[in-house]
Amino acid sequence: MADTIKKIDGITTEATEELIEETLAAYPEKARKKRAPHLGANEPTSATCAVKSNKKVVPGVMSQRGCAYAGAKGVVWGPIRDMVHVSHGPVGCGVYSWGTRRNLMEGIPGVTSFPLDFTSDFQEKDIVYGGDKKLEVLLREADELFPLNKGLSVLSECPVGLIGDDINAVTKKMEAELGKFVVPCNCEGFRGVSQSLGHHISNDSIRDHVIGKREFSEPAGPYDVALIGDYNIGGDVWAAKPILEEIGLNVKSVWTGDGEIEKIAATYQVKLNLIHCYRSMNYMCKVMEEKWGIPWLEYNFFGPTKIEKSLRDIAELFDDTIKANVEKVIEKYRLQMQEVIDEYRPRLEGKTAMLFVGGLRPRHTIGAYEDLGIQITGAGYEFAHQDDYDRTSPEMAKGTIIYDDASEFELEKFVEKMKPDLVGSGIKEKYVFQKAGIPFRQMHSWDYSGPYHGYEGFRIFARDIDMAINSPTWSLVKAPF
Amino acid sequence: MAEKKMRQIAIYGKGGIGKSTTTQNTVAGLAQLGKKVLIIGCDPKADSTRLILHAKAQETVMDKVRELGTVEDLELDDVLRVGYGGIKCVESGGPEPGVGCAGRGVITAINFCEEEGAYTPDLDFVFYDVLGDVVCGGFAMPIRENKAQEIYIVVSGEMMAMYAANNIAKGIVKYASSGSVRLAGLICNSRNTDREADLIEALAKRLGTQMIHFVPRDNQVQRAELRRMTVIEYSPEHPQAQEYRELARKIDENKMFVVPTPIEIEELEELLMEFGIMEADDETIVGVAESA
Repeated sequence: MADTIKKIDGITTEATEELIEETLAAYPEKARKKRAPHLGANEPTSATCAVKSNKKVVPGVMSQRGCAYAGAKGVVWGPIRDMVHVSHGPVGCGVYSWGTRRNLMEGIPGVTSFPLDFTSDFQEKDIVYGGDKKLEVLLREADELFPLNKGLSVLSECPVGLIGDDINAVTKKMEAELGKFVVPCNCEGFRGVSQSLGHHISNDSIRDHVIGKREFSEPAGPYDVALIGDYNIGGDVWAAKPILEEIGLNVKSVWTGDGEIEKIAATYQVKLNLIHCYRSMNYMCKVMEEKWGIPWLEYNFFGPTKIEKSLRDIAELFDDTIKANVEKVIEKYRLQMQEVIDEYRPRLEGKTAMLFVGGLRPRHTIGAYEDLGIQITGAGYEFAHQDDYDRTSPEMAKGTIIYDDASEFELEKFVEKMKPDLVGSGIKEKYVFQKAGIPFRQMHSWDYSGPYHGYEGFRIFARDIDMAINSPTWSLVKAPF
Repeated sequence: MAEKKMRQIAIYGKGGIGKSTTTQNTVAGLAQLGKKVLIIGCDPKADSTRLILHAKAQETVMDKVRELGTVEDLELDDVLRVGYGGIKCVESGGPEPGVGCAGRGVITAINFCEEEGAYTPDLDFVFYDVLGDVVCGGFAMPIRENKAQEIYIVVSGEMMAMYAANNIAKGIVKYASSGSVRLAGLICNSRNTDREADLIEALAKRLGTQMIHFVPRDNQVQRAELRRMTVIEYSPEHPQAQEYRELARKIDENKMFVVPTPIEIEELEELLMEFGIMEADDETIVGVAESA
């Protein structure tokens, strides 16, 4: 929670509401009525954010949403490094979700890690006769070809749900035959309103088929924690995990960036779950809390201010040794971070940015921008729920604009009026705004950069943001009209 | 000579009502009239052409696709057979019950037949013999735009057969409003129920169509089937063969194509009560257990 209500010069609730009204005016009546509740001016003191979320996309608008399969394969399962992930259905879903989120992995590709695309490559005959027999053969062959895998996941594409392939029966049989995890995930793309349901379904698969089935080989210790909801995009886990280790915690498993399935299965033995991406993994944190009494804590490793606060929050749950370690670690990095701020902040002070991303970033990265003197004038999520917006509202200044499942038209309109110095969003938005002469960073997979988590990540984040905003390119661009 | 127009006909009706038997006997009758006919079986059971081909089960489009891997590798000759009276036969085929998608098999097979030129200009008729219930879009494929324009519903005087006929009429209305598909008549395949012909006549009238023919029940049909033959081929002089020839002639000459007027359940039940097939509900006993 922010201690004081933030304000930004020139941003007022009235002006924002006017902008929203003006934007909505372009829609036909039905669409206008549907979209209106999803847009709002921020009111940080209100207990709940007034913006409506997690509803079906309005037909006809250009949305940036993905599907349940994308949430399952791309977000939750794909990053687990020692599993073979099978996209069950026609070839495209597997190919276009292959490595696109830049979840980096340790290990030897094809031997101990599997950043590969496995698919059952459905043909007409598989639709008509069912693909379950083929799936069984595929699982057996994949296991033969890649014997060091620690498990296989089966991710259903749309047709599988339509023809009723019983992947659960196949995975059950193959798990018994292969003697390792073979996990079904019924994440057909048409289920739900966005990728968000894919996260939930994947959490449920872990609950039903993975968690509790293995134990850690070493004896349990008082500082055992798990790192939940970090997908190692651009190496984020590798920048975050060492900090936790430096303060004396023992990170037993990571969900799921550079993750290992057997450690994920044993996570019920840790003392605390630390969750970064609340949206995609809160479900399993709650399961572990209810079933094994494991507490969980949300933390934020973007930018030194939030890192320090998060470390102290974590220390509160441990003894004086950890508390002392935390202060030492904070002290150690403060100078380094100050150097970063001293270098970049003078060039970024007073700038503004607007964000439209997924998961946790529209709220979690705000602190990192503010460390650099940048204020966030607008934020929104592709697939968030009410609890995400409730967590976002206090981080944002009064009167700033909040947009849920924004359409391309709305985003363009908002940016045009609010004139931010930077837009942070996805690849589909990137070129729209760059062509409009507005600096842009692709904030789903860190625009081929990263990591952005932790102290190491902040240094890179600061460099990238400076590079985007202060690039001399923008002064050279001349519109031909 | 004016170019003759190929008529595409789909046969629907409740499962087990005798669609395949009626279709094959009727088509045999049309063949005797000198007509060129193609039968496309749209049922994974693949029993729409056995009486014409004297075969246990014809090799189906989908079986062959499964064997070859893709539909692109399949040739028309692999799956098109010619039987009694020069009748051409194709079976779509499909999975066992409980797996896969039989509806997609029908779509794949019909698309294949079109692309591979099974619909030759010399044909007078194409008959689609469709699985009992239109359970999904695949089984409605034969009545989509540019396919069957005429639909005959095989029905009997049994209550469920009539329910099914009315439901099929509802489906036809949907497709009729966007295309040229029309209901061409009810074929009564007798089960020897009371006042059966009158009842089906009455139902036809309510649906805005005709009972095109009343096919009496005769064990000669089963005797022919044991030999995997139509009655027309097995015993051309038998009176039952004459019935099918009559039905074939009526279909050939039929001009009554309508957008049906399906009736509400209440109206259908009224009709059944009128003919003594059903009794009025006693509302006082509904939901009351025996011991109460």
